[in-house]
Amino acid sequence: MSPRPGVVLEVDRSTPPTLFWYGEGFRLEKLPVGSRVIYPPEPVAALADPEGAIRHALENPLGDSAPLSSLLTPGMKLTIAFDDVSLPLPPMRAPDIRQRVIEAVLEMAAQKGVDDVELVAALALHRRMTDEELRHALGERVFNAFAPYGLLRQHDAEDPSNLVHLGLTEEGEDVELNKRAAESDLLVYVNINLVAMDGGHKSVATGLSSYKSLRHHHNVRTMQHSRSFMDMHRSELHSSNWRMGKVIAEAGVKVFQIETTLNTDTFPQQFRFLQRREWEWNLADRSAFLASSKALEKTPPEIARKIFHSIRAPHALASVQAGEVGPVHVRTLEHVHRQQLVTVEGQTDILTMGLPFISPYNVNSIMNPILVACLGLGYFFNLYRGRPLVREGGVVIMSHPTPWAFNPVHHPSYIDFFEQVLADTTDLFEIESKYEHAFATDPWYIHLYRTGNAYHGVHPFYMWYWCAHALNHLSRVIVVGGDRAAVRRLGFSPASTLSDALEMAEDVVGRDPSITHIHTPPLLLADVQ
Amino acid sequence: MIADNLAGKRIAVTGGTGFLGTALIERLLRSVPGCEVVALVRPGQRLSAADRARREILKNDCFDRLRGELGDAFETEAAARLTAIAGDVGRDGLGLDEEGRHLLATCDVVIHSAATVSFDAPLDAAVEVNMLGPSRVAETLSELCLEAGRPLPHLVAVSTAYVNSGHKGDAAEELITESRYLALPDWRQELAASRRARSDADAASRHPERLAEFQKRARLELGAAGTALLAQRTERFRQDWVTAQLVEAGRSRARALGWPDAYAYTKSLGEKALLDTRGDLPVTIVRPSIVESALAEPRPGWIRGFRMAEPVIISYARGLLSQFPGVPESIVDVVPVDLVVATIIAVAAAESPAEPSVYQIASGARNPLHYGMLVDLIRAWFTEHPLYDDRNQPIVVAEWSFPGRGRVQGQLRRATRLLGAAERLANQLPVRGEKAELVSTIEEQRSQANRALDYVELYGAYAETEARFRIERTIGLYESLPETDRAAFTMDPAVIDWETYLHEIHLPSIVEHARVRTSPGKRTLASREERAKRAILSEEPRLVVFDLENTLIASNVVESYAWLATRHLEPGGRARLVGGLMAEAPRLLALDRRDRGDFLRHFYRRYEGAPAERLKRDALELWSDLLLLRAFPDGIARVRRHRSLGHHTVLITGALDFVVEPLRPLFSEIVAAHLGEEEGTFTGELISAPPTGEARALLMEELAQRYGLERGALVAYADSTSDLPMLEAAGLPIAVNPEAKLAAIARRRGWPIEQWARTRGADSRRLAVSTLRPGTRTTP
Repeated sequence: MSPRPGVVLEVDRSTPPTLFWYGEGFRLEKLPVGSRVIYPPEPVAALADPEGAIRHALENPLGDSAPLSSLLTPGMKLTIAFDDVSLPLPPMRAPDIRQRVIEAVLEMAAQKGVDDVELVAALALHRRMTDEELRHALGERVFNAFAPYGLLRQHDAEDPSNLVHLGLTEEGEDVELNKRAAESDLLVYVNINLVAMDGGHKSVATGLSSYKSLRHHHNVRTMQHSRSFMDMHRSELHSSNWRMGKVIAEAGVKVFQIETTLNTDTFPQQFRFLQRREWEWNLADRSAFLASSKALEKTPPEIARKIFHSIRAPHALASVQAGEVGPVHVRTLEHVHRQQLVTVEGQTDILTMGLPFISPYNVNSIMNPILVACLGLGYFFNLYRGRPLVREGGVVIMSHPTPWAFNPVHHPSYIDFFEQVLADTTDLFEIESKYEHAFATDPWYIHLYRTGNAYHGVHPFYMWYWCAHALNHLSRVIVVGGDRAAVRRLGFSPASTLSDALEMAEDVVGRDPSITHIHTPPLLLADVQ
Repeated sequence: MIADNLAGKRIAVTGGTGFLGTALIERLLRSVPGCEVVALVRPGQRLSAADRARREILKNDCFDRLRGELGDAFETEAAARLTAIAGDVGRDGLGLDEEGRHLLATCDVVIHSAATVSFDAPLDAAVEVNMLGPSRVAETLSELCLEAGRPLPHLVAVSTAYVNSGHKGDAAEELITESRYLALPDWRQELAASRRARSDADAASRHPERLAEFQKRARLELGAAGTALLAQRTERFRQDWVTAQLVEAGRSRARALGWPDAYAYTKSLGEKALLDTRGDLPVTIVRPSIVESALAEPRPGWIRGFRMAEPVIISYARGLLSQFPGVPESIVDVVPVDLVVATIIAVAAAESPAEPSVYQIASGARNPLHYGMLVDLIRAWFTEHPLYDDRNQPIVVAEWSFPGRGRVQGQLRRATRLLGAAERLANQLPVRGEKAELVSTIEEQRSQANRALDYVELYGAYAETEARFRIERTIGLYESLPETDRAAFTMDPAVIDWETYLHEIHLPSIVEHARVRTSPGKRTLASREERAKRAILSEEPRLVVFDLENTLIASNVVESYAWLATRHLEPGGRARLVGGLMAEAPRLLALDRRDRGDFLRHFYRRYEGAPAERLKRDALELWSDLLLLRAFPDGIARVRRHRSLGHHTVLITGALDFVVEPLRPLFSEIVAAHLGEEEGTFTGELISAPPTGEARALLMEELAQRYGLERGALVAYADSTSDLPMLEAAGLPIAVNPEAKLAAIARRRGWPIEQWARTRGADSRRLAVSTLRPGTRTTP
């Protein structure tokens, strides 16, 4: 039986309450009659023989690329770069797909007598992964074979001796890249394409570059012109990366891109109700929901966070394709769309969303207020193709506890961004011009990024820029159940209940508004007609 | 007549810097234009007698009126008519120089108003000044005049009406020797006994057990603040103890002989001594009762100093004193200072008497103010003009029920004891931050209760006095004056309307003097802290010293060790190691409390044989896995703020250098502990011990010198009293999350207090154990 596609439900009297994610917990909300709820498609079938599929992809590349085995020669310099801990979400059950792909590549390289091999985590300005996280992504065998010898590295965008400037794009954008990757005879990039934004030229051009390069597309102007950044054809973010990809290719960097897609089988058995439609919940789902909600009420937030962050998703490999970046990514997007696309008729006045405990930037960490904003207005708002889900001048209502809490190891500059920058202004351009440079070049943040496990000093700015399109588009953002002070600091309005929030929204969009709830995760991509 | 009689006369005044003396000099200069005034002033440690006279007499707002009247001529007038000579009534021969001797010998009138007016002065100090003062003056004058062949001047000695307050009913204006009620002891014996009491108390204070007690109290207050500070504090406790013994000796001796306190007792014997030693010197004694703010001269409400009734009244208005014992019908004998001044001047202007006599100036007999009425008036006024507490709420004053003195004292003693016990207990609790501030409020309450008890014990008798001080002679003198003098020099207390005096003159004046909050508004305290903060974060050059443990990071050397030692252990080994450390914890804690340096040396032995390179790499993980999680983001932000202001930042810590290495970019300099290394392993011995206690203060001063900075440019952040020497050495000290002892000290001294918290929910571990998996890891 093939999986059922996504569906848009219209709420009527008999519709059971809708599940809203609420950080490390959930709320059941009764949406007004006539509201729409967008449900994602069910997970597509897993590939029956992932190893076989990977080998097949490597030997049958797409576009203008020879099979991987023919690209490997003794004495060559091979670098394998891979997506970092921000993918997939939640982290997948072992074996991680990166481990499977890299083991296949390494096996092939060993057969071909390649012995100069290095692994690089493509961090860009993300935090360095811990050894534990690297072990999980790569598997014990790969880790032990590389890590102790200094052959497993994490890209350091602040190490000038390990960066090389490859030139400018036709738009004058700097292309600066990881030196080892750029100077290798072959750069194999292992990607996980969780959402449509990932992959393509963005993998190398962003993942292995520096602030000098990133600032050309990670800025307010670009983000306001990416509508949405989940749709590469209408995304200035992607155009810039593609221009950089061209420069990289012209500089002679040979990239062999391996992209994978996963199905949306996101939650393990005990949380299976999270990916079922409420009216289809059986007794087991209901009991699991009740049991976990009751238990969570009594659990201190730190423990609840630990529990949620220990979730390992049963994600299964849905597709794998390799070869030339462009053609590979076209194929990848087909697979992403097959899994995630839901057709939605027309825009809505009010878009509601429940924000979960995790975003790409707080794996094993705290979802601080800035990440809450980014997840809601950056990611979920942009989960569309065509037109935004919510009309211009509409309202987004999101539910999340939004605690005034930060992880000082992972997000040191976020603390100061929140305490100093947002306390001063929430205006995008003002923030960009007044504060970005100082944070980006702050030696303390650079020190923590390079030696600890901290996001780069400039990273909170990017999170705020990620909201740029939404902030321009919306007339109000309301957070249900959030820490009032933190929500206000973000420039949003706090509300205690969904009905209060809807009342507040009506002040802006008028009486009897249309309401749409985006029921995610599991992930979906709305194709708004 | 007064002005005429005194014209061309030279009048000497002792005690000119006091409340009464200042008013007296002002009045003489303003209202007796023909006279010349010689002020006998004790030279200060830094100021000469003339400087003191200028600063402490002429600069007083008492002279504002005269200054206004004379304008620019004031300075020349003052210079021409007021001469200050160095002298000390506490010394035989008054410690005069040649010029002083000459000037004093040529005086026509000498007014002796110098006294120790404090009711709780130590016995010997009161005896020296109050008892011997008048006869010293008399003897010196006789001797000087004999030498110079000059006629003897008229000595007007100011005493107190309370010398014969010990009985009910009328207290006449008669010489102390004529009183039927007083048993006067031999003052020479009392003198000898008081001097002996001092040496006895001093000897007793040096008894080993007592010294140990002082030392214990110093340690309790300051914790491990280092030998020098503890020694200083111990010595202070000893001296305070000796003083307290002598205060008690004075009080009990006075009571035994029928006086309310050592003041009245020494003043009485002073009169007797004066009569015994005066020879042929013409002497008049003026006895005022309780002198309070001026009725009219130089202006209504003028007062100097914060004296007897004022602290009691203000404490009541602030809600600190909810009961004050007393008999509602008893007379509180208050007299405005200008009436006293007028009486003294009138006496001085009169004929030099052949025989000594007494004038009393008091209100009780002619225009009595009853205690009940006084309380009602005060309460009514403060109900209408309340003071405000620091939450901007008006303070409601209590209704007094006039309980007996014994009952109030009993209650207050019990409260003091209880709060004292609570305070001692609280000081032992290992609390910090806001909880510690709460503890320090116990201390404040205790000291308030203590003060209330002091007031009751000191002044209780004055609300119970049933003597009525007769003033017939004074009134007689007043009535003998011509009309103009009577108008100018009011001496008759009958003119006082108590309600007007209290509500419109005295209470507004003392409230202004007390600098209390009379309207809701910005806290003066907050603005003081704000000022300090502005100075700390100014763009001026600064040397900023930070302590580490609990100032920037909520962790310590034991936790770092536990983490490092468990980094490469399997779970079983981790549990064993931590168990062992926990078993040792009480001993380690005690050692740390006793001497930080010894503790570190002892504790760091554990690193003996540890592989140095591996530990240095582990330390990086320790930073991310433990220390940074337990850091105070506000603290880190503060260090960065200082750096962005161009300040020199220094970290002084007992932690090991490689452990704090990741903090390097925040500081211009890190002073930490270094372990010796041999063939790649640590020896467990410190090659350079981190400075603790006073050494930190010295180090800070050295650094300041190197940067060319003064004390005022030194900023120190610390959390415990072990850093007290460093905090004291800094011009701008800040207590961070202070433990109870330091919180109390910081509040008393007005140091800013910062409460820095760990970020919420970042680390829920109870034990500082490595949770990283042992085994292979990435090599950078």
